[in-house]
Amino acid sequence: MTILILEQSLNGLQLGLLLFLLAAGLTLVFGIMDLVNLAHGSMYMIGAFLAATFAGWTDSFILGALLALPATLLVGIVTEIICLRTLYPRDHLDQVLATFGLILFFNEAVRLIWGPAGMSLPLPQFLSTSVEILPDVRYPTYRLSIIGVGLAVAVFLYVLVQRTRLGMLIRAGASNREMIGALGIDIKLLYTLVFGLGAALAALAGLMAAPILTAQIGMGENILILSFVVIVIGGIGSIRGAFVAALIVGMIDTVGRAFLPDLLRLFLDRAAAATAAPAISSMLIYMLMAAILVLRPQGLFPAPGK
Amino acid sequence: MNKTTLLCFTAALALMAGPALGQVKVKIGFVNTFSGPNATIGNDMRDAFELALDHLGRKMGGVEVEAIYEDDQQKPDVGKQKTEKLIQSDKVNFLTGYIWSNVLLASVKSAIDSQTFLISGNAGPSQLAGELCNPYFFSASWQNDQTPMAMGEALNQRGIKKIFIMAPNYAAGKDMAAGVKSTFKGEVVGEEYTKWPDQLDFSAELSKVRAARPDALFVFYPGAAGVQILNQYTQAGLKAQVPFYSAYTIDAITLPLQKDNALGALGTQSWVNDLQNEANKKFVADFRKKYNRMPSFYAAQQYDAVMLIDSAVRSVKGALGDKDGIRAALRKADFKSVRGEFKFNQNHFPVQNFYLQETVREASGELNLKTIATVFKDHKDLHQPKCPMKW
Repeated sequence: MTILILEQSLNGLQLGLLLFLLAAGLTLVFGIMDLVNLAHGSMYMIGAFLAATFAGWTDSFILGALLALPATLLVGIVTEIICLRTLYPRDHLDQVLATFGLILFFNEAVRLIWGPAGMSLPLPQFLSTSVEILPDVRYPTYRLSIIGVGLAVAVFLYVLVQRTRLGMLIRAGASNREMIGALGIDIKLLYTLVFGLGAALAALAGLMAAPILTAQIGMGENILILSFVVIVIGGIGSIRGAFVAALIVGMIDTVGRAFLPDLLRLFLDRAAAATAAPAISSMLIYMLMAAILVLRPQGLFPAPGK
Repeated sequence: MNKTTLLCFTAALALMAGPALGQVKVKIGFVNTFSGPNATIGNDMRDAFELALDHLGRKMGGVEVEAIYEDDQQKPDVGKQKTEKLIQSDKVNFLTGYIWSNVLLASVKSAIDSQTFLISGNAGPSQLAGELCNPYFFSASWQNDQTPMAMGEALNQRGIKKIFIMAPNYAAGKDMAAGVKSTFKGEVVGEEYTKWPDQLDFSAELSKVRAARPDALFVFYPGAAGVQILNQYTQAGLKAQVPFYSAYTIDAITLPLQKDNALGALGTQSWVNDLQNEANKKFVADFRKKYNRMPSFYAAQQYDAVMLIDSAVRSVKGALGDKDGIRAALRKADFKSVRGEFKFNQNHFPVQNFYLQETVREASGELNLKTIATVFKDHKDLHQPKCPMKW
């Protein structure tokens, strides 16, 4: 039983870190640029497809991944310059409509370029096995490496935001946009950079998910909803909030799926428990979000000044 | 005028109208999934549908065929809406396609109410084989439980005592689990039902499989999810611990993405590409020639569905208003099936063989499915006794 709990915690941690990569970009864009970007999931999808393509060309998963990151960053920057710049002064509803349009555009573009079947991203031999983490407990190497990369990115973002000049501008932007513009900072350039960074983080999440889930059209939409839940729980504009909330959501989702069926079986019959458990466990995180919205509407760690 | 006379009157009118309007087309509405991750299944079935029409010279009983394609987006509400559109505005004579049990269950009532024959190309929910069986519904595939029942029997034969079942939480997933449990004599040590169709990460469930230490894992994950479950099962290192048995999870569509992960995995199916009969040899060869890939079992069933419709239209000589004549002809199933002999049970589901198939590497290097044993001969589904229909 303890082994199972350990394994499930690792599963939850892995899902949480994947969500964090996506939510970090989303919360930056939302918090600093005040832009509701539904097309964030499209960057996740494009990252996965580009990585699969580059990996096919170079015959190397790592090279494919390394090439896909700058490529998606570029796609993000171009999207920001062409479509999103004009949307900043508009209200949220206009932004939702426009970025929803972008989702449709990117889905169809991917269908035109790569076809409807999706792509698989094969792992190199050393990643597609499992390792013994404790005596007689094996865990997939690849999922462990997702945890490693996720934690490394979290540290990188912490240093970037807390210790560098760019991070200072990002934090200032999250607190008071007009003021940093008035102080002579090129806010347009800052926005483009932040959006590009968000796109690259989403691409990283997408290309790491691709070997597990395969690259599919529309793969970003389900996880986008979860990421919005994460940033609402964590507090909009806060990387720290996104990190903590992503881990909470990842844990709850995994633990719910893992242990709820057995728990329900204690007081329901087997068939009813088997039917109800997946439905209830997928509701758990939304119940948490509702509770947070009632008790602490600004989120767990709101960005200062908001 | 009471209802019966009205009905007779309409039927008589239709009978007269049929031959008189000999110029009309046979309209077939084809509802399937053409978007999203499972569009590849819909396309495969459409390709088989087109190939069957080619083989028939695009005519049935001398009448030209018009096919109308609609996308159900794998959503029951959309499937129902598209079915109604085909019935009401296109006035189709036959409906076919339907991969998903939940889509079919949502759509079938509209077909029955309008007395339009619906011939399922894939989905076979237990309800339609039992209490909801209907004179206007036929299955050219199987009842959902049958393929896993064959798997349960195959597991018995292989001496497996403890299994773990994983399936999606929807109509077909439950039928599959019920099917394997009805024939498997050992112990089911665990069952997991996952959210469908959007849950694609099975880490929590696979950890439980490992902890339960079963002799075998049985899964049902059709389409794109089949690629993901097999990938994750392999990555988790379970391949060395718990052998993988499945139904509808490894097929000609998923194999190119599953690759070596599928090698050696066993499954059951009522059609395999190497079945030795003339109709099948022609179907497989022509399909490969036209589309340059292997047909899946979805394609084979859809091909049979078209040939079944053709046999009925031929039998009534194109008189499409003669519903009773069409039904009688459909029940006879006088056509050359790619599954060899083909006959219907009283509930309009086929009585057929089920085979154990293995993923093997051909001499050419490509992966393919191969029959290794016949598990059931002339198998009938369990729900027929609940069906009040007799003929």
